[in-house]
Amino acid sequence: MVNRRQLAVLAAAVSISMLAVACGSDSKSSDTAGTTGGDKPYAGKVVTIFSSIRDVEATRLETAWKPFEDATGIDIQHEGSGAFEADLKVRVDGGNSPDLAFIPQPGLLATLARDGKVTALTDLKADVEANDIGGWVELGTVDGKFYAPPFGANIKSLVWYSPAAFKDKGYAIPTTWQEMLDLSQKIVDDGGVPWCVGAGSDQATGWPLTDWVEDAVLRFAGADVYDKWVSHAIPFNDPAIIDAIDQVGAIVKNDKFVLNGSKSIPSTTFQEAGLPILDGGCYMHRQANFYGNQFPEGTTKGPDGQVNAFYFPTVKADDPKPMLGGGEFITAFNDKPEVAAVAKYLTSAEYANNRLAEGNWMTPNKKADASLVTDPLEKTFQDLLVGSDIFRFDGSDSMPSAVGNGTFWTEMVSWVTGKSTVDAAKAIEDSWPKS
Amino acid sequence: MSAIQSGGTASISTERSKGTIAAAVVIGYGVLYGIRTLLGDGNGPFAQIFKTLYTVAVGVGFLVAFFGILYALASQLKEPWRERARVAVFVGPALILLIGGLIVPSVLTARLSLFTGSNTDKWYGLLNYKAMFTQRQNLLTLRNNVWWVILVTGFSTIVGITVARFADRMRGEPIAKALLFLPMAISMVGAGIIWRFVYANNPSKQYGLLNWIWVGLDPILPGKQEPHYWLQDTTFFGIKSDFLPGSNTVFMIIVLIWIQAGFATVIISAAIKGVPDDLVEAARIDGATDRQAFYKIVLPYVKTTVITVVTTITIAVLKVFDIVQAMGLGGAFENNVLANQMYTESFTKQNEGYGSAVAVVLFIAVVPVVWVNARNQKAMREARA
Repeated sequence: MVNRRQLAVLAAAVSISMLAVACGSDSKSSDTAGTTGGDKPYAGKVVTIFSSIRDVEATRLETAWKPFEDATGIDIQHEGSGAFEADLKVRVDGGNSPDLAFIPQPGLLATLARDGKVTALTDLKADVEANDIGGWVELGTVDGKFYAPPFGANIKSLVWYSPAAFKDKGYAIPTTWQEMLDLSQKIVDDGGVPWCVGAGSDQATGWPLTDWVEDAVLRFAGADVYDKWVSHAIPFNDPAIIDAIDQVGAIVKNDKFVLNGSKSIPSTTFQEAGLPILDGGCYMHRQANFYGNQFPEGTTKGPDGQVNAFYFPTVKADDPKPMLGGGEFITAFNDKPEVAAVAKYLTSAEYANNRLAEGNWMTPNKKADASLVTDPLEKTFQDLLVGSDIFRFDGSDSMPSAVGNGTFWTEMVSWVTGKSTVDAAKAIEDSWPKS
Repeated sequence: MSAIQSGGTASISTERSKGTIAAAVVIGYGVLYGIRTLLGDGNGPFAQIFKTLYTVAVGVGFLVAFFGILYALASQLKEPWRERARVAVFVGPALILLIGGLIVPSVLTARLSLFTGSNTDKWYGLLNYKAMFTQRQNLLTLRNNVWWVILVTGFSTIVGITVARFADRMRGEPIAKALLFLPMAISMVGAGIIWRFVYANNPSKQYGLLNWIWVGLDPILPGKQEPHYWLQDTTFFGIKSDFLPGSNTVFMIIVLIWIQAGFATVIISAAIKGVPDDLVEAARIDGATDRQAFYKIVLPYVKTTVITVVTTITIAVLKVFDIVQAMGLGGAFENNVLANQMYTESFTKQNEGYGSAVAVVLFIAVVPVVWVNARNQKAMREARA
């Protein structure tokens, strides 16, 4: 990695000098050469970034900020850790904080902010408001104060399908929940099976169903109710939540809609679940963007390929579009001008564009140019992400572990194999830790 | 005179050999150290292997030297202190490990079981225990554990005795016993994954052995035999009862019987072979049938061995965890067991108080079994003496 970076520096130096030689007489380029050479505003400053991003991904993000380093003279030193969360805690508690960290959990950001460890990047609130899709200002805000803008993101409100099969059968991508139900029924009438659903995941069996429910709560009850539900301001078995779960049940508890019937869901692993899309076993599979990697090698992906993804539709076509997912927060631990400058740069469309061009990344930045994404599937993701209006993190991760890693999973499994929505929701509510 | 002389020579020669050994050890370690230094930061396969071995050698060397020096020091003392010091040198470290690794954690766990909250800092009294013995899900887990102990211990021992009796001196006995013993060598997670394939129901492409047999029986059995999700079945073969285990639990229990039966067979079979032939012959001459000779003479003779097998298997069953991890689908189908619950409560659900309470109950459940085992061992020793 070091060698590659040195090479990159060398390449940059060579190209700059060649540029200088080639266009020596051009006044414009000599200006550029001047800024890169002489008066770099932060020459000699070092900014350290700590994250969980490693190997190839780390190289990509480092390559993307190289031009910034060249222009400003800031040396950005990035370190990726396999035990990011634990390591960050040790460093922050030990007074050895990095300048910046990419924190992937809103809960951790909130804890650190309340402990007074985080330097608020208040000035960037306006940037986030102007550049990013909805939701990120609130997500980066703790107790009324804006702390952290978003970095990258991943998305879950997706339905995988086969463009070839849809074209073949003349199916259109549904844009409302009702259209999705109608399409499901049409597929049944045509003798097919609309949905592939699998929730098997060893001890975590059930989690894919919690994602379904979260997506439904965001659509049927809205983001405000979703937030109250996750923070337990309303009980888990609030009527609005029961309704959302029932909406999911209308699909996943319908034996005609689900490949091999609802009873197969707990025993079908989430990894294998969506593969029948490829051979017409089913037509739709709701799963996060990572699922693209589950298809066998050689599968063509994207709008013209064997598999692609469409947005999990809203109730009405003109509803604000929620997007369930995850992402990182650019969190500052030191109040220095060069740190603020790097944070601002990483929030900008300029950086997002550089990073998008490197591939395998998504940004909630609306000003970023999605046409820079070369992979057709990744371009679909990026378009869907910036096409959404309200971003929300996976709620089960924010619930107490007894629920989010426990009863929410197991009760959803009991529910999909027969338990009533009211009983399952009540059992989850009863398991919510008191106080 | 000559005796003293020869004694002197002997002691000189042992002194000499001690010196030789010491020199060899010092030189050996010197060579190892030299190679280690030469390798420096080398990262090749040889360097890696060597460095690992070097670390082990140094560790073992230090340990031996540590005890050797302490023992030598203790030997310098006058009686009665010499003997006491020597005992302390050898028993001391074991005692420290026992206290630090078992007794202190047990006490801490018992204390934690009285607290609740994600930081285990809120006083909760005996409410964790109350929850364990009153809430339905938890009672079902206890029920499952009881059935695990009864069925695995019972069937493994019965299989062990039966095979030991009928395979004894049969042609192919070693092969039969080896086959039965083989699953013992497979890790429980491995066994769980293998049997998950056996029980699998994958309608797109059926590969589950059990469903193949089940569907194959359709022409013979009444009713319709269709592929079934065995590991999701919470009824006892169609009977819904809070006291009977679900079929899914029974199918997991079969996996552990498969593992433990070999152990029981080998141990009991070895004990039966130790029964004096004349004893059995005397019984036969007195007119006992094969069956009577086995149940009235042979089995009582190996009673202590059978008790050892039963208690050992019981302890293993109480700890069962891996199989349920691998096959239990997260415990959503009334199929959890205590050890797995202890793990998920403590580490996934961050409810360490409850997890600790489960650990304490498991510990208390094991104690009488261990006690029986220990008393049995003592009886065995006395019988031999």
